[in-house]
Order: sequence, then C-alpha cells, then structure tokens
Amino acid sequence: MNWEAIVTTLKLATATAIVLAIIGLPISYWVAFSKWRWKFLVEAIVALPLVLPPTVLGFYVLVAMGPHSPFGRWYDSLTGHGLPFTLEGLVMASTLYSLPFAVQPVAAAFRTIDRRLIEASWTLGVSSWGTFLRVIVPHAKAGLIAGFVLSFAHTVGEFGVVLMVGGNIPGVTRTISIHVYDEVQSMNYASAGTTSLVLLVFSFVILSVVYSLAPNRGRII
Amino acid sequence: MLTAEIAKTFKSGVQVKASLQIPDGSSVTVLFGPSGAGKTTILRCVAGLDQLTAGRIVFKDQIWADVASRRHLPTQKRPIGYLFQDYALFPNLHVRDNIGFGLHQLALSDRDERIRRTAESLQVEDLLDRLPTELSGGQQQRVALARSLVREPELLLLDEPLSALDGVARDHVRTELARLLRRLQIPAILVTHDWVDALSLGDRLHVMNRGVVLQQGTPQEVFAKPQHTEVASAVGMENLVAGRVKERSADVVALQVGGAELYAVDPHDGHHEYFVCIRGENVTLETGRAGLSSARNHLRGRVAEVSPAGSLMKVVVDVGFDVAALVTRQAVSDMALAAGAEVFVAFKASAVHLIPKSI
Repeated sequence: MNWEAIVTTLKLATATAIVLAIIGLPISYWVAFSKWRWKFLVEAIVALPLVLPPTVLGFYVLVAMGPHSPFGRWYDSLTGHGLPFTLEGLVMASTLYSLPFAVQPVAAAFRTIDRRLIEASWTLGVSSWGTFLRVIVPHAKAGLIAGFVLSFAHTVGEFGVVLMVGGNIPGVTRTISIHVYDEVQSMNYASAGTTSLVLLVFSFVILSVVYSLAPNRGRII
Repeated sequence: MLTAEIAKTFKSGVQVKASLQIPDGSSVTVLFGPSGAGKTTILRCVAGLDQLTAGRIVFKDQIWADVASRRHLPTQKRPIGYLFQDYALFPNLHVRDNIGFGLHQLALSDRDERIRRTAESLQVEDLLDRLPTELSGGQQQRVALARSLVREPELLLLDEPLSALDGVARDHVRTELARLLRRLQIPAILVTHDWVDALSLGDRLHVMNRGVVLQQGTPQEVFAKPQHTEVASAVGMENLVAGRVKERSADVVALQVGGAELYAVDPHDGHHEYFVCIRGENVTLETGRAGLSSARNHLRGRVAEVSPAGSLMKVVVDVGFDVAALVTRQAVSDMALAAGAEVFVAFKASAVHLIPKSI
C-alpha cells in the first residue's frame, strides 16, 4: 500500500468536493429553475466532461493554465508559481472534470420539488434565499448528499486528467490511480492488486450509499 | 381598496384579462368559471406569482405592479394570505411549524402565542403536533387557512378552497368558511368553478370564460339573469330567487319568496335566508286545480311569457315571483298557453334546492 498516494488522493478529492459543493449549488439551482431559452447550451457544457476523453479535457486545462495563457500568467504573478503539476492545479482540473456529478443529482432533486411549496413560502413573506434554505434544501437533501459523495468519489477515481495536469510527483500529484498504473508498468502486480481492490471496495460502498438515499426516485446518475 | 387592471399573455398565445375593484373591509369577490377560464391567473397576478403583460395593480395607495413603469412588488412584500388549491402544506413540517413558517422574524415566545391564537380560532389547536399527512382534507384546509391568516394579511386570496373536498365534508367546510370570511375584516378574492360555492360565499361575482370576464354583479343578479349562455349553462337553473324562512315543521320548511309561499325539504343547517333554485324541467303546469298530488307546491299565476328553449318551450309564470317551466311544444298548444292565461304551477318540495345565503 502506498499511503502517500492515498493521502494525496483524499486531499484532492476532499478539496474538489468542497469547491464543487460551493460552485455547484448555484449552477444546479440555475439549471433547475431558469427559464432562459438557451439553457440547454449551459446544460450541455456542464455535461461535457461525461463524454470528453479525460486526456482531451486535461489537454485544454493544461494549455489554459500554462505560461502562454493569460490565466496562467495572471496566476503566476499572483502566487509566484504556475498551476501545472501542483495540487491547486489538480483541484481546478478535477472541479471541471467532476462538475456533472455535482450538478446533475442536485438539479434533478431541485426539479422534483413541488413548485407550489416554493410559492407558498413566498406568500408567507419568506425571501428567495430563506426559501432556498428552508424549503428547497430540506426537500433536496438526498440529492445534495449524492452530489457531494459522487463528486468526491469521481475525483478519487480520475486518471487521465491527473496525468495530463498533475503529472506524477510523489506526495504532490501522484494519486492512487496513477500509482496503480505505475506499479503495473513496473510489473508489481501484487501491489497494484491490493491498491485496486481497495479502490474497488471503496467505490462500491460509495455507490451503495448513494442509491440507498434515493431508492424510489429512479436514477440520480 | 384594491384596483387592478390585469392583462396576461402566455407564450402559447392564451390571453387573460380582468379588472377588479374591491373596497376595504370584509367582502368576498368570487371569480367564477370553468377550468381554463383564467381565474387562477388573475389570482396569481394579484399575489405577484405571475407578472402582468400589461396593466397595473394598486392596493391602498401602494403600487404592486405597473407594467408602464416596470414595477413589480415581490410576492413577499405584499400583505396577502394565499390559500393554494391543494393547500401546499410543507409535508416535512408539523402543523405548528407550517402555521408558524412565515413568523420567522418574531421572537420565539411571540411566535408561539400567535400560532396558538390562530390555531384556536380555526379549531386546529389539537393538531399542532401532527404532520400534514395525518390530517383529513377539512383539517388540512383549516391548517392552510391558519397559515395564511397568522401573519394578519390585508387581502386574502383563495384558489378553489373546496375543490379538494367531497360530499358532506364539502358542505360542512363551506359553511365554516363562509362564517370565517364574514368574521375577517379584510377583503377576499375566491376562485371557484362550483356555482354553489360562488352563490353561498360571494358578495360579488365575476364570471369568467376563455380569459375574459363575461358578467359581473351580485351572485343573485348573475345567476338569476345570466347575460350569456355560458353563464346560464354553468348554473343550469332556470329559477333562482331569494327566500326567507317563515316556518319549519318536521322535515319541511316554508319559505316566503316574493309574494308567494313555497315548501321545500329542510336542509337542517340553521340558516334563515336561502337562494331558492328550481330546475325548469321539474316545474309542471296545470290549467285547473288538480286533486290530490304528491307535489307540495301549487301556485296560481298568470303566464308572463312563452319562448322557445331548444327543443322545449320556456313558459314564465308570475305567481308572486317569476317561475320558469320547461314544457313541450305539444303541451303549450294543448293547454293554449299564452301571455295572460291563468295556470297553476306545481313542483315537489324535493325539487327545490336551497343554498344558504351567507350574510
């Protein structure tokens, strides 16, 4: 077992899930309730990471972060170092990569809320923000937990984006999936086997939790 | 005073238009019509849940909406109570928290006091620790009313308050609702497709169909003299007059109607004033006083008017008030019915439908 890789992975997944919980929530709300006619374009962009090869996404993120892009230069001038091959860079890339897993279950849960309950809250003088906290969140609890757990789990399992953006720096960007790949490359099948089994069991447990939250509401992913 | 000029055009092209003028103080304005007539849209525009396409809404010098100056006061800022059609109680909250939902800015003790007082006045104080799913339809309605009244609104909006109930419960809740609306010192706008609700709850009636107001007036004016066939067919009653109880004995009640007296089956609801409704098909005409008959009402009068009504003829007889009978063309010619002819009008006590007049 490579504990260093496990710690790196958990750090990355926790940071990504928290960032996604913060930025995913308003996006989910907007996707669920907006009546803008071009909304489907935003929905398509959010869902892109589901179909795009991770290496393609990683390639674009790498270019966007690199010293030749305005964003890369701006970040460098701000912090004194670039984003590629750092944990921050990885969190940014993973946030994009796991975005659909944070947004889709939450937006789906928001959509199932009886519109009249929201309106009832308004007629009782409760602000939109108060209504969000007191009506929408309690009714979407399962979706919110699913969104958080899935974005965490999906980040744990990513490979292509990490390889492109993070490289393979032990203790910094070498995650479990990269570690398994390395072990197989160097013919360490026993070590790769144990780590893979841990990841398999972990993923199964996570998905069981998610499905137990919403047994009758059909699929959330 | 509420003054509203409302026009709303939906993306589908459907248009809804109405103008309302409602004085301060206790009154019930009924928006009556079939489903899809636009009644709920009007109510939602007044509440601010829907935005107007044109027009303005002013309540007590406060502009709620004005399309010309692009103003729209959010629902939260309007001092309204809104009763949703299926009540829209929060399913995860106990009755206490449902009623107190809009009191979040009050201190806890004030909150509890207000909840208790409102719950008592609506007789739901024993239900405070239950969940909405554990309540009957009538109880849910009272809890929803308590929730909308606890913030002491200045205007009450009710969307089909009785449609989720049936039969006996419905009659009972209707009577209670009528009493409550009388007791409140605020105006109410009530949407219904049920003519019994409209008649027994309304002070003023706006009949709507396909997005426009066809007729307005007191319920009695509208139902007794429908100006449109839609209104007439919605009611389906040729005869609708006000009556006052003279005497009650056993199961029969004697009513004074205009210059005549008639008998009806006593609904045993303790009211003294009713709308008396009789279908034209249930009225029989006789040229001479018949012998024994099971019909309790035999009234002498003169034919005022004979006119065709579909395949039948409508004969209006003045017996102290106007009674319309629907009879065949054959009967009209056999009995030589023409204006001025003397006839007896007969109908059974059970053919008289009484609707309490809530005053």
